[in-house]
Amino acid sequence: MRRHRHGPNRFVAIVLARAAFAVQAQGSAVDEIAKYRAALQDGNPAELWEARGAALWKEKRGPRSASLEQCDLGRGAGVVKGAYAELPRYFADADRVMDLETRIVWCVVTLQGYTEADAKKGPFGGPDRKSDMEAYVAFVTSESRGIRMNVAQSHPKEQEAYRLGEKMFYFRGGTHDFACATCHGEDAKRIRLQDLPNLTQKAGAQKAYTTWPAYRVSQGELRSFQWRLNDCFRQQRFPELIFASDASIALTMFLARNANGAAFDAPAIKR
Amino acid sequence: MAPSTALASALAVAAAAAAILVGCATVPSDAEVSAKASAVLKASFREQGQAKLDRLTQDDTQKTCSEYSGKALPKDVAERIEKENLASIQWPADGKYLGDWKAGERIAQEGRGMQYSDDPKVPAGANCYACHQLAPQELSYGTIGPTLYQFGKARGYTDEMRKYAYGKIWNAEAYNACTNMPRFGHRGILTSQQVKDVVALLMDPDSPVNK
Amino acid sequence: MADPMKIRANVVGDSTEVKVLMSHEMETGQRKDAQGNAIPAWFIQTVAVAHDGKPVLSAQWGPAIAKNPFLAFKFKGGAKGDKIQVTWVDSRGEKRTDEALIA
Repeated sequence: MRRHRHGPNRFVAIVLARAAFAVQAQGSAVDEIAKYRAALQDGNPAELWEARGAALWKEKRGPRSASLEQCDLGRGAGVVKGAYAELPRYFADADRVMDLETRIVWCVVTLQGYTEADAKKGPFGGPDRKSDMEAYVAFVTSESRGIRMNVAQSHPKEQEAYRLGEKMFYFRGGTHDFACATCHGEDAKRIRLQDLPNLTQKAGAQKAYTTWPAYRVSQGELRSFQWRLNDCFRQQRFPELIFASDASIALTMFLARNANGAAFDAPAIKR
Repeated sequence: MAPSTALASALAVAAAAAAILVGCATVPSDAEVSAKASAVLKASFREQGQAKLDRLTQDDTQKTCSEYSGKALPKDVAERIEKENLASIQWPADGKYLGDWKAGERIAQEGRGMQYSDDPKVPAGANCYACHQLAPQELSYGTIGPTLYQFGKARGYTDEMRKYAYGKIWNAEAYNACTNMPRFGHRGILTSQQVKDVVALLMDPDSPVNK
Repeated sequence: MADPMKIRANVVGDSTEVKVLMSHEMETGQRKDAQGNAIPAWFIQTVAVAHDGKPVLSAQWGPAIAKNPFLAFKFKGGAKGDKIQVTWVDSRGEKRTDEALIA
C-alpha cells in the first residue's frame, strides 16, 4: 500500500476544513429556512379558515336548525373569547374532560341535533373536501390569541387526564419502538432540519403548544392539534389515532398544561 | 327540629370524613396509572393499512424502557435488556457483513416504510438521516443521534467493527439499553441484505461517509 | 362560489399599502392523484385592483403562484375611506370580486 505523500497534519487539516465547510453550509441552510418562516408570517391563509369558521358558528344547521352560538366551551354558554386558553377541562354536563374538538362535537350533537358519528366525520380537510371542524377550530382558537394559557388542574379527572397523558407520552411502541419522548424528550435536537421542541420542559411545550392550530403550507390546510397528534402517531408507525379519543384528550391535557403561562399565539403558519 | 338537624349534621360530617378518606385512598398509584394509560391508549386507536393494533402490545424491552423514561436506568435492568436483545440477533449465515454502500445511502435517505400510509410491498428505508449525519455532502441531517461521519475511518476497517455495525443496526438495544434507535433487523424493518448495505455505507473505505 | 378574499388597505405616508389574501386551490396541473392521474390545472390567471374605480394594479398569474395566494403592494395616493376593489379571474373562467375601504 502506497504511503501518503503529504504529512498527517495536512491530511487532518483537509479533513477538518471539509467538515467545517459542511457545518458552515449546513448552518446557513438552517438560517435560510428561518428567513423563509419569517417571510411567511404576513398574509397567513389561516385567516380564511377563521372567517369561514366565524360564519359557520352563527349558521343555523342540523336537525334542530340551531347555531353553535350557545355552545359552552367552559367559560359559559356563548363565550368563545379566552375559552381555548383554558382547554382541556372537565365539563360537568358530560362528566368528563374534553379538549376543544371533543367539546365542539358535544355542542354539534346537543345543540344542532347531529349524531356523534356525523359530527366526527371528515375532521381533516383535503383538496376535495373542506372540514367544518377545522374552520370551527380556527375561529375559536383565534378568540384566545394573546391570552395566557391557563389550564386548571382542580378536578380529579383533570389531574388524572394529565397523569395518563404523561404516561402515554413515554409509551414506547410500534415497529420502531418510538414514543413521543423519542423526538420530544430532549433539548436542542432536530429531525433532518426540523427543530424538535422538548415538550417535557416548560419552554419547549409553550413554544409548541401556543402555535397550533396552524396553516401548514406543505399541506395547504389549517391543521389542528388533533391532526398534529394523529400525524405524529402515523410517523411513529402506530395504527391510526381515533379523532377526539380519550388518549388524544389526555395527551392534549399533558401538553397544554405544560404550556401554562405562555401567551397563545395561533392560528399560526408553519411549513 | 333540633335533634333531626343535629343528626343530619352528624351524618353530613361523617359522610364528608368518609369521602375524604375514600378520596385519599383512590388517588391511583403509578403502576395503576401506567396500566390505565396502556388500556386507554389501545382503545383510542384503530387499525389502518399495514398498522394493526398488535403494534400497541409492548414487548419486554418497550415496556421496561417506558417505565424508566425520564429516570435513571438501573445497571442490572440495562444489562438484562442488552443481554436479551443481543441473544436475539440473527447474524448472517455466510458470515459476511459488507454489502453495497450505494444501496446503503439510498436506504439511509429513504424515510418511508412501515407507516400505515406506506405500501407494504415497497422495501422500507431506515431513515438514518432523520437522526444522524452521514455523508458530508448531505446537509439535511438530524441530531437525535451522534454523527456517523467517518464511522469506519475512525474505528478501523476490521471484521470485528463490521460485525459490531451489523449488530447495532440489527438490534441497537443489544448495545445500549433503552436507546432511541429502532431495532431495524429484529423488528423486520430491514432485510439482512439491507442491513449489510447500510454497514457498507458506514464501513466501506469507498463510502462517502469515510471520505 | 369561492370563499371571500381578505383585503386590508392602509395609508402609509403618501402611499397606500394593500394586502390581499385569496382563497384558491391554484392547482398546477402537474400533481398526480392516488391513482396516478394528473389533477387538472386550475389557477387564477388575472388579478385587477382598482382604487375608487381607477386601475392601480393588473397582474397575469400562472401555475407558479402558491395555493391561497397572498398579494401585497403599494400605490401612490389614496386616502382613508377610499374604496379598494380586487377582482380575480381563473382558468375555468370563474371570478370573484371583493372590496374594502382604506383604513
